[in-house]
Amino acid sequence: MSSPKPKIAFYWCASCGGCEETVVDLAEDILGVIEKVDIVLWPVAMDFKYKNVEAMPDKSITATLLNGAIRSSEQEEMARLLRRKSQFLIAYGSCAVSGGIPSLANQFTREQILKFNYEDAPTVVNEAKTRPRLEYQNNGHTLTLPELRNVVRALDQVVDVDYYVPGCPPTPNITKTAITALLEGKLPPKGSVLAPNIALCDECPRKRTRPTSASFMDFKRPHQLLADPELCFLAQSVVCMGPATRSGCGSQCPAGNMPCTGCFGPTSRVRDQGVKLMSSLCANIAAKEEDEIGKVLEGIPDPIGTFYRYGLAKSLLRRKMNLPFSGERNGHG
Amino acid sequence: MSNPSHNGTDEVRIGFYICHCGHNIGAVVDCPAVAEYTSKLPGVVVSRDYKYMCSDPGQELIQQDIHDHKLNRIVVASCSPLLHEHTFRTATERGGLNPFYFQMVNIREHDSWVHTDLIEATAKARALAHAAIRRVRFHKPLETTRVPIHPDVLVVGGGISGIHAALTLGNAGKKVFLVEREPSIGGHMAKFDKTFPTLDCAACILTPKMSAVRSHENVTLWTYSEVVKVEGYVGNYKVTVQRKPRYVIEDLCVGCQECIKSCVYKEPKFSDEFNVGLSKRKPIYIPFPQAVPQVVLIDPERCLQVKTGKCKKTCLEACADRQAIDFNQKEELIEVKVGTIIVATGFKLFDAKRIPQYGYGLYPNVVTSLELERLVTSSGPTAGDIILRDGSKPKTAGFILCVGSRDLKTNRWCSRTCCMHSMKLAQLFKEHTDADVTIFYMDIRAPGKGCEEFYDKSLREGIRFIRGRVAEVTDWALAPEEEGKLVIRVEDTLAGFVRRIPVDMIVLAVGMEPQVDAQEVRRLFNMSCGTEGWFLEKHPKLAPVSTFTDGVFIAGCCQGPKDIPDSIAQAGAAAAEAMALIDRGYIEQEPNTAYIVEEECSGCKSCVVLCPYTAISFDDAKQKAIINEALCKGCGTCVASCPSGSIKQHLFEDEQIFSEIEGVLAYD
Repeated sequence: MSSPKPKIAFYWCASCGGCEETVVDLAEDILGVIEKVDIVLWPVAMDFKYKNVEAMPDKSITATLLNGAIRSSEQEEMARLLRRKSQFLIAYGSCAVSGGIPSLANQFTREQILKFNYEDAPTVVNEAKTRPRLEYQNNGHTLTLPELRNVVRALDQVVDVDYYVPGCPPTPNITKTAITALLEGKLPPKGSVLAPNIALCDECPRKRTRPTSASFMDFKRPHQLLADPELCFLAQSVVCMGPATRSGCGSQCPAGNMPCTGCFGPTSRVRDQGVKLMSSLCANIAAKEEDEIGKVLEGIPDPIGTFYRYGLAKSLLRRKMNLPFSGERNGHG
Repeated sequence: MSNPSHNGTDEVRIGFYICHCGHNIGAVVDCPAVAEYTSKLPGVVVSRDYKYMCSDPGQELIQQDIHDHKLNRIVVASCSPLLHEHTFRTATERGGLNPFYFQMVNIREHDSWVHTDLIEATAKARALAHAAIRRVRFHKPLETTRVPIHPDVLVVGGGISGIHAALTLGNAGKKVFLVEREPSIGGHMAKFDKTFPTLDCAACILTPKMSAVRSHENVTLWTYSEVVKVEGYVGNYKVTVQRKPRYVIEDLCVGCQECIKSCVYKEPKFSDEFNVGLSKRKPIYIPFPQAVPQVVLIDPERCLQVKTGKCKKTCLEACADRQAIDFNQKEELIEVKVGTIIVATGFKLFDAKRIPQYGYGLYPNVVTSLELERLVTSSGPTAGDIILRDGSKPKTAGFILCVGSRDLKTNRWCSRTCCMHSMKLAQLFKEHTDADVTIFYMDIRAPGKGCEEFYDKSLREGIRFIRGRVAEVTDWALAPEEEGKLVIRVEDTLAGFVRRIPVDMIVLAVGMEPQVDAQEVRRLFNMSCGTEGWFLEKHPKLAPVSTFTDGVFIAGCCQGPKDIPDSIAQAGAAAAEAMALIDRGYIEQEPNTAYIVEEECSGCKSCVVLCPYTAISFDDAKQKAIINEALCKGCGTCVASCPSGSIKQHLFEDEQIFSEIEGVLAYD
């Protein structure tokens, strides 16, 4: 059964397509990869049928790199299918690793989301208030749509995951490192995140400019100042997720004069990235009286979007209520 | 995502013990049922319930089981760790295990004492036990460290309690810093004429102690000074004392008081604090004749030179060569290191104006017990004459008890001393004036040694007692004999009718209250206050002078109203407690310190500024933070705030805490 070349699958769930771009961003290196492997599934670039995948023997795919969060019944089904068919299932990119931007939807109920998107959004004209239905009869044919789940989940909240490649998107260098490790069989223990386990400050070119006695008088967002290109963002009162985020990206954002937004997720020692940075920043707020502290915190108008931009699904904060993953089977209404 | 550590390769074998604590726990929690439940949990090898786990047989049970069943983790569900954590850690150690393989579950204070529903309380005990059993799996062997204790002591407050504590410690050869806010030590006792029930002269017994503490080779006395900052912890406190300017150099002044005589103010003009406003003083003054230290001071609000810079400065001339007066003196901050602290900051008297119906402040001849005390004293403003405001002698007087005590509208507590204090003043009143004296009381409380006998003596000496809470004091005469008098309206509860009793003078036995700044002092020394505002002792019976902060003790009325003998007893006890710590020489430090995993630290510097004990520094060469574990007190601030989770804390590792939380939430 075993082919001389390892079989690799790429699949996408709730994602923007950026992760797929990274694979292409490997540039000439992608050719090297393609030479060494058989790509058996890559919907964004090549034509495959799901039934072909279903027909493969179990564990016949060497590795599947799955990007995107899981928020529909179809994505869940594909995740389970690929899990069954693959020796290694790799959560690729922030959405698969920790829910990513799509999991910010966990701040709202499914009903709120559907109502806004099909009725209330300013650009929507939908007087009949039509909503997508799971089943539709047309000329004796039954058409179906996947169900939108109540909760957006990271991949490992649905199936067992072997490795994690973080980033929004993962940078070409860590992608290359991951694929090389995979092809050479030099993989760390199962469950590892394939990125350095030290925070970004370690490799940040601005590291030495952070004073030890920094305390915050206020917080500014990047568009509210002309940031000094060399000074630590925290020393400029700009929230930078660097201290709470894995390194490995090459400090691309700070190098481009933008603060880290945390896409590589926390180190292995941290259960909740957002709460860690909040705890650290808040402890360093100069004001001591409650109303003054409130004024300083007004500089962070969207704490969830700031501290949990890529990881709400995996954070200790989940939903307002402990909703079941799945809603009623009879439709989205 | 973190991998659970297994502390080596050995299998985890847990012994679980639940204590009935007699009926304390056993009557509310079904202990055998909890033991039955835990016996089925993973890792639990032995699970028992026992009447008193803290007893010798209880502790031996643990040791025997460690031996027989090769246990390597121990969990005891009983009372508060404050009470018996040490006991069970020691038992664990005697059984041959590292004492930190032990975990305690509080099912008394946290459960049986606060719940009445048997089923619910038992369910809670199961949940808490489950949490500890999950947690203890991740415990690691740790060593306690010994930190030396600084042998010097700080005593705050120079009243009789503070003086006695300082002298006791000084006599034992300990160096003491005695800090008093007022310009002289002596406190309230210095204002008293005689003391009950022996009627010995207060000054005669106090002033020798005041002088002794002043001249004691081991005591450094700082009057007119306040503690403004306390840092550190038991054994190693760093205290900042603010010395307010007296405008007189303490070391140069000999107390001749020539300067007072020669002040440009020929007559005393300003209210005298020591005599509670019953006399006047000059801008340069000495608080009272026996003041210690015998050093004058200048009131900057009144002195022309300090205030305006325009004065003939006759005081300077009088001081002449001594040159003790310094108009430019500034406040001074002194830092001292001490190992233990005794807080004896005393009380404040109830403000009688808060009960307007008693007419204090309205009728000049309504006075407080302290004002009468000053009038009775031979060194007081009237040289011992009890006189009305017009100078005449009172022929009748009424004492109203429980003013600001035992009163739901003001203070609920009994101030404990006012009955005896009033009887003493009543006897002196009779002695000095031969007046008719009546005491209006609710209950006479005379439980101290010799006090009931003193009450008898008061009765024999013809002092009248009328039982009833006085309704009001009025000058509205309804009968000829009431003209020009103050009338006390009271329901005589023994006779059973309302009476009007005209008198010349009324004495209000004002109760004791916590000092106005008690809350600030509490925060300064990291103590607790009870609901009434008195400083809270660690245990009302077993640790009456200790506080919840190790190395900080309390004595005297700052802990609650009490008389002089009780204050002195507490001061002695506090001194003994301090000495017990000092003479041991070291304290065992809980190994709950934080540590940085160097290769994981990204050098973000978030933690450095947060440490309240300045235990964290930054290594510029390595670009990593470093914790000095000797300075770390295990507060956990840096651990919680380290954004990359690279600071950990012994005894509070993430996996321990999370498994404990999961245990509470996941039990069935």
